[in-house]
Amino acid sequence: MTLLQLAWSYLRARPLPALLNVLLLALGVGTIGFVLIMDKQIGTNMNRDARGIDLVVGAKGSAMQLILAGIFHLDAPTGNISLQAAQELSRNPLIRRGIPLSLGDSFRGFRIVGTNADYIDLYGGQFAAGHGGKKPMEAVLGSTVAATTGLVLGGQFIGSHGLVEGGPAHADSVYTVVGVLKRTDTVLDRLVVVDTESVWLVHEGIIVDADERKVLEAERQITVLLVQYATPLAAVSLPRTINDETNMQAASPAYESARLFRMIGVGADVIKAFGAVVLVTAALSLFIALYHALSERAYDIAVLRTLGARPSSIALTLLLEAMILAVLGSALGLVLAHVMVAAMAAAIAEQDSLRLNALQFSWRELWLVLPALLAAFLAALLPTWRAARTDISSTLARRG
Amino acid sequence: MIGIEHLRFAYAGGADVLQIDAFVVALGERVLVTGPSGCGKTTLLHLLAGLLLPSAGQVIVNGQDLAQLSPAARDRFRGRTVGIVLQQFHLLPTLTVLQNLLIAQRMAGLPIDRKAAGAMLKTLGVADRLDASPHQLSVGQQQRVAIARALINRPRVLLADEPTSNLDDEACAIVTDLLLQTSSDHGACLLIATHDSRLKSRITRQLALPRTAVEAVA
Repeated sequence: MTLLQLAWSYLRARPLPALLNVLLLALGVGTIGFVLIMDKQIGTNMNRDARGIDLVVGAKGSAMQLILAGIFHLDAPTGNISLQAAQELSRNPLIRRGIPLSLGDSFRGFRIVGTNADYIDLYGGQFAAGHGGKKPMEAVLGSTVAATTGLVLGGQFIGSHGLVEGGPAHADSVYTVVGVLKRTDTVLDRLVVVDTESVWLVHEGIIVDADERKVLEAERQITVLLVQYATPLAAVSLPRTINDETNMQAASPAYESARLFRMIGVGADVIKAFGAVVLVTAALSLFIALYHALSERAYDIAVLRTLGARPSSIALTLLLEAMILAVLGSALGLVLAHVMVAAMAAAIAEQDSLRLNALQFSWRELWLVLPALLAAFLAALLPTWRAARTDISSTLARRG
Repeated sequence: MIGIEHLRFAYAGGADVLQIDAFVVALGERVLVTGPSGCGKTTLLHLLAGLLLPSAGQVIVNGQDLAQLSPAARDRFRGRTVGIVLQQFHLLPTLTVLQNLLIAQRMAGLPIDRKAAGAMLKTLGVADRLDASPHQLSVGQQQRVAIARALINRPRVLLADEPTSNLDDEACAIVTDLLLQTSSDHGACLLIATHDSRLKSRITRQLALPRTAVEAVA
């Protein structure tokens, strides 16, 4: 028979108020936990997707849009840039590597990216089956694409024009799957990677006439160029040079991601504040419950004291009740947070924009127990103090 | 044993509600504290249990002057040396019968001894209700559990406050027998505060408190 058992017996005797307090605490912890998990996962994903890319060069327009389209494959691209200009830029000594991306087509909602082998290397992509495309019209599937579409090696498909599902099909251009990638937990999982040549082939058709071919080749375009600097010093001059002296635009993923995060952050702060308000409400409710218990249990407290209980034992019992509720509330809250992430993941799965994993747990989430414990502790402070000071003799005399 | 010397008790700012010049209870002796309602019977029991401290004079229980103890030591002393049976037999309602005895061991800072608790309940004839809730017990069973709880830590002094006030003659006789029997089994002094005249035939030594102490002073 411990004080913990005694505290538990009181909670069990009045399950409904206890449940209400647990639920309130859970809602507060859950809401804050939800925001923190989302924050963490979105941040991690964005960092992973942008890793190794110092600059994105594309058509003029919104820098944010360029980043969203060029790195995260979320938004529509700002336009195209000339292949010639991109190739010229790639030869700049400040640039170690430039990876061209050609966007515009998709397969069942997954973007088809015309690029070269560097793009798969950038994300450390490894082949689960097959190999990288060597010829035009050979396609490598990201793991999610393969899993969702059910396409396997040797499978054939037709790309459709436009980045969303349902665009007109390029019926005469058939891609063949030659490779399937292992999961990388990056944006690569959701992409179909083909050789840049393929995209031109699909859109130009097979040209036999040599002159016409020359004209078309001179007009060839790509969508963006992902740039890796040769030296950190490039950050000082290169973006400005591109923005001022060419009709292209250079955008920094680090800067734009930070800007995006600040915008999301306002929303996150609002939800976190809501969670804090719920926690305060929970503390208040707990305080009222404990205070009520105090008058209801005055005689019990007096009896315990006649049995030799010290005032501190009485106070501790009440405090333990609050702490039990806090621990239960936080545990339920953490479950709730992950359920909310799962619900969010399900809700946005259609848009295929954010990758969320509701089953990804972190030991750091246990820190969320602290605000609940603190709320319970503060709520219990006055009631425990009063309980410890209960006048036993007069309490007993009143009823005895 | 119990020794009282020049005891005065008054609530803060009030007149004396209790005054006893000298009273001694020997080991194993039984005493009836009598007098009408409001004469200070309960106050005396609370003084003997260290729940109240005298305004003047001394209360010595088992050789210990209660006023000399620190509050924590007094709580411990109460848990181990004094057993109290309250008028309503107040059992802790959220605990089982057995747990009501175990919590008494725990609160006195003694090791939990389920066997002793079970044996005590068996002696008092409620061994079959160990896991029952207090509200599932009859009044008679509640009395027995309350007495068992008061005795579980083998106190030297057993105090009972109006244990028979709401009982019919038969139940009154049973409770009185129980208190007399168990206190003598455990070699404890027994003090029963009561205005129940039925007990007078059973316990001969009486400490009769005057109608009110204030009157006595006057």
